[in-house]
Formats: sequence, C-alpha cells, structure tokens
Amino acid sequence: MRQKQCTHIHQTIKRTMTNKKYILGVYEDEDVLLHAIENIRAAGTKIYTVFSPYPVHGIDDALGIERSRLPIAAFLYGLTGLAFALWMQIYMLGFDWPMIIGGKPHIALPAFIPVSFELTVLFTAHGMVITFLIISGLYPKLKVPVMDVRSTDDKFIMAIEVKEGVTDVNQLNTLLRNNGAIEVNEKEVTK
Amino acid sequence: MQHVSPVREPLVTGGKTYHDITNDVSRQVEAKPNIRWAIALAVALFFLGIFIYSVYRTLWFGIGEWGLNKTVNWAWDITNFVWWVGIGHAGTLISAILLLFRQKWRSSINRAAEAMTIFAVICAAMFPVLHMGRPWLAYWVLPLPNTFGSLWVNFNSPLLWDVFAISTYFSVSLVFWYLGLIPDFATIRDRATGPIARRAYALLSFGWTGSAKHWSRYETVSLILAGVSTPLVLSVHTIVSMDFATSVIPGWHTTIFPPYFVAGAIFSGFAMVLTLMLITRDVFYLKDYITLEHIESMNKVIILTGSIVGVAYITEFFIAWYSGVEYEQYAFINRATGPYWWAYWSMMTCNVITPQLFWFRKIRRSVVATFIISIFVNIGMWFERFVIIVTSLHRDFLPSSWAMFTPSIIDVGIYVGTLGLFFTLFLLFAKYFPVINMFEVKTILKSSSGVQHSHAPETMHAHSPNNQAHHDK
Repeated sequence: MRQKQCTHIHQTIKRTMTNKKYILGVYEDEDVLLHAIENIRAAGTKIYTVFSPYPVHGIDDALGIERSRLPIAAFLYGLTGLAFALWMQIYMLGFDWPMIIGGKPHIALPAFIPVSFELTVLFTAHGMVITFLIISGLYPKLKVPVMDVRSTDDKFIMAIEVKEGVTDVNQLNTLLRNNGAIEVNEKEVTK
Repeated sequence: MQHVSPVREPLVTGGKTYHDITNDVSRQVEAKPNIRWAIALAVALFFLGIFIYSVYRTLWFGIGEWGLNKTVNWAWDITNFVWWVGIGHAGTLISAILLLFRQKWRSSINRAAEAMTIFAVICAAMFPVLHMGRPWLAYWVLPLPNTFGSLWVNFNSPLLWDVFAISTYFSVSLVFWYLGLIPDFATIRDRATGPIARRAYALLSFGWTGSAKHWSRYETVSLILAGVSTPLVLSVHTIVSMDFATSVIPGWHTTIFPPYFVAGAIFSGFAMVLTLMLITRDVFYLKDYITLEHIESMNKVIILTGSIVGVAYITEFFIAWYSGVEYEQYAFINRATGPYWWAYWSMMTCNVITPQLFWFRKIRRSVVATFIISIFVNIGMWFERFVIIVTSLHRDFLPSSWAMFTPSIIDVGIYVGTLGLFFTLFLLFAKYFPVINMFEVKTILKSSSGVQHSHAPETMHAHSPNNQAHHDK
C-alpha cells in the first residue's frame, strides 16, 4: 500500500523553479501528534509547521515556537492611547479654549478618566489586532494555499519541507508512520 | 488519554467527533434556507419595515412625533437605549470574563452571544442618534476643531463619555467577534462546494490556515482582548448609569447606580441569550452542544445577578428613607404608589420574584420554564429603565411642571422596529455564519464530551485518496 501511494505521489510531481515540496504527516489525535513532534524533532528533522483545526495546548513548546511579543506591542498601543486621550482633553479644555464647567478647574483630571480609559482600550485592541493580522499575513484573499483541507476540520497536518538531494523521502515516510501518522502525503506549493 | 469527570456533566453530548462538530455546525450554513427560518425572517423584515417608517416620520416631522414633553424629556428613547445596551453586556461577559475564568461551558454559546452584543448595540445606538433631532449632525459629538464656530466638546459630561464608551465597546466587540469567526470561516471555506461560497468564505477567512504559529499568536491576542474587554464592558454600563447619577434629580443622584446598572445589564443580557439560544438549539438541531448543563449554568448567573438587582432596589428605597431628604423620599414613594405604580410593580415582579424560581433545580433545567422566565426578565428590565427615567422626571421640582408621559404610536413603532432590526440581523447571522464556535468546542471535546473516543480502525483514513487537489496553488 505504501509503495502504491508513493508511486502515485511521484507521478504528480512537476518540477518548476519556484515550487516547494512538503511531506505531510496526517494525525488524528492531539496527544499522538505532540509525541510525534517531540520524537521527530529529536530525530533531527526540521518541522516546517503544523496545521490544526484548533489550538493544541503545548504545541508551542513542542515545536519550539517562541512566545509572541504581541503583549508588549499591546501595552505600547495602550500607552499611546492613554497619552493621546490625556493630551487631547488637557489641550482642548485646558489651553485651547479654557472654560469653567460646573465650578471645576479647567484641567479636571477625575472627569477625564472615562475617556482616557476608553481610548486606552480602543488603541490597545485595534492596534494589537491589526499588528497580528499584518505579521501573520492575514487579509481577505480569494485563493488560500491550504496544504490539506482536512486540517480545518478534524486532522492535524505536520508539514516537513523536502530539500532536494538532502531529504530522504522514504525514510521520512517511515519516521512519520512509526510516530502515529495515519497517512503520509506529498504536496507541492507554488510560491 | 481522555479524562471523564465523575462530577461534572459533559458539555458536548451524543458522542461527537471533531468531524461531527464541523458537520453539525456547518449544516445550516450550507443547506438551503429552511421554511421556519424563512417565515421568521419575513416577520422580522415586517417589523424592520415598521422601524423604517417610524424613523422616516421622526426625521421628516421631527421629535414632535414622539410622546415626550418638556418635563419628561428623556422617556421611551433613552429607556430603549439603556435596555438594548444592557442586553449586549451578556455577550462580552460570556466571551471575555468567562474566558478569563476558564469557564469551558462558554465555548458553545459565545459566538451567538457576541453576535447578540453587536446587534443589540446597533439597535441601542439608534435611539440617542434619533433623539438628536438632526442626526445628520451626529458627528458634532466628536472632538472636532471648532471651525464650526462652536467650542470643543465638553469632556466633563457623561453624555460625551457615553459616545466614547459605546463606540469603543461596539468596535472592540466587533473585532473580538470577527477574530473568533476567522478559523470557522476557514473550515466552511475548505468544505465549500460552490464557487461563490468558496470565494466568499475565502475572503471572510482572511486566508486562515491554522498553522501552529498563527494559533499561538491568535491565543495571545484573544487573551489580551478578553483582558481589555472585561473592564471595558464594566465601564460601559457604569458610564451609562452616570448619565443619570451625575445629574441632580431625585431618584437618579445615587452612588449605587454603576454596580446596580452593570448587574442589571448582565441579568437582562443572559435572559436574552437564553431566549435566543433556546430557539436556535431547537431550529438548528444543536441540542448536543447547547445542553441542559449550559442552560442551568446561565440560569445560575440569572439568579445571582437578579438577586443583586433585587438588593439594589431595596437598598435604594432604604437609602431614600435614611438620607432624610424629602425629595428623594417622595421620588421613591411616588414610584411605588404614584401614577406609574403598575410599571414599578411589573419591574419588581419580573426582576425580583420570577428569577428566584430558579432556586428549584427542576425549573432551572426545564426548557419551557426557562424560556418563559427569560421573557419575563426581558420585560422586567425594560420596565426598570422606564421606571428610573420616567417616574424620576415626571414630578418636576415645580408642581406646575408636573406631567405624564404617554408614548406615541411612532415611539412604539421605533421600539418594536428595533426588535425587527435585531432579529433580521440575528437571523441572517444564524443562517450564513457558524452559530457555534466550532474550533473552541473542538478544544474542549476531549475533556468534556463524556465519551471515550476509541480509534476504531474504520475511522482511520489510511486508504483515503489525496483530497486536497482542488485547493492547490
């Protein structure tokens, strides 16, 4: 069976300069997947990425994904929002057109708290989400390069890049299957 | 490797697999509209028509079409505004606060509850904008340079705080909701068969592939959004309550308002979530995902917040007496025994007495009883706002200014019209968007489905062909 699938795969390969080839290990269970990631990385194979239908706990550590610095960005956006809100209110009511409202001083800081808070949240939330979309390359697009459509349904897909002349495809196939992959496929992606 | 708790009830019943979740939730998105949905949409569109007509009358002839007068100058419109904003709060509570508290039962209801938040805030925003009289000048509430010959906006005013609070709340809720939808749109995109559906959901999914790095960032972003949304949702109704509390009107000028309004908001919001979800789970066959356990959990939130609201009513009355201020005392005696006594006692019955029935487990777990009580709570919370606004205003400081408020037909039309707007949006959402958060339910499936998933040989796709061909390039 394995041989049959391999020949099928080899027939579909078309070589062009811009193509990248991946071996896809298909997994059905997140715990099997996590063990497989550890074993495969321990065997010295570099995993390109793993596609999963939902966030798998512990996969960051297993794959060696560094903690995102988005929280720092979020904090800075929040700080920007706060500074902007305070500047706006103090400038407008304190300097540009000072007025006594309700017997309060021109710069009535306690009354400025609500708007300052709201703008802090506004800048934090939108700044962080926009940053996340940009660094992840997420924007409305018609064609999406999905490696295996089942990865948004019920399968976990481990992608390993094939380097011409370096990677032993058959050995990789065995490695993936020995670590619980229910299926091993090959996939070419045109960049 | 699966953990089955001997104490907790499963959150997903029926022995579902990941694929079943995808199928069950995507089913109504992919199917042709069913007749029950079409009838419901027709009714909602009829009420939307009433809304459009009433808004036309208001814009063409002015605020004189409404029933308010110089004494009761905030009435039906602000009642509806506060009611709708309050309803929205449950969505954010479920998606943000329960996320921080790691409440897994939120997973299957958060999507619809957040949608409800957004649609409720849209309905709420109609009222202050229409009340402006000249809504085409609504942008004057923004801090724009005073080239209009006017001053800057007044940052000391709670009404301006409201502008910032509501618009921040709306836009952040929208982003939070949409971010949650992205992975589920990707699921529907990858299943889509028709070219239009595949392209539409491809655009909506922002090119999501579910790679580990994206998920890692995604979870970070969700957690921080939940972290900032939690104080945000509390601030919104706090600021709404300050519209009243900072003005020197007996019955409004109390420090209890912010917590009391927030509790009331969550109370009414959960009632609306229940009303909607009980219908949705039935129409779309989602009883394995929105189980009696979910309904019971929500009913417990209703007892808690309903009791807080009840205590707040009694505290207000006590403080009015204890303060020794005769105007304050009169305002409260007048609420309970004056010309609007029926509104006050409707509020007390619906908000204080009916939710106490949920102390009985049988009632808490009865779908019919929950549905009826949720409607009562919605009505009661509407009366609460009506009582606070109208009874406090209708007895002015000068007895010669005393007046009564009677809504005009246009007032009623705008209110039932916003219900039409709300249900039109909700029905469209329920048909074309995944109404349950698929990926989050998949996350909890292993620990909370109550079923051991055996890896039976027939479920292994060792022989399945490569089926990714049509998504190449």
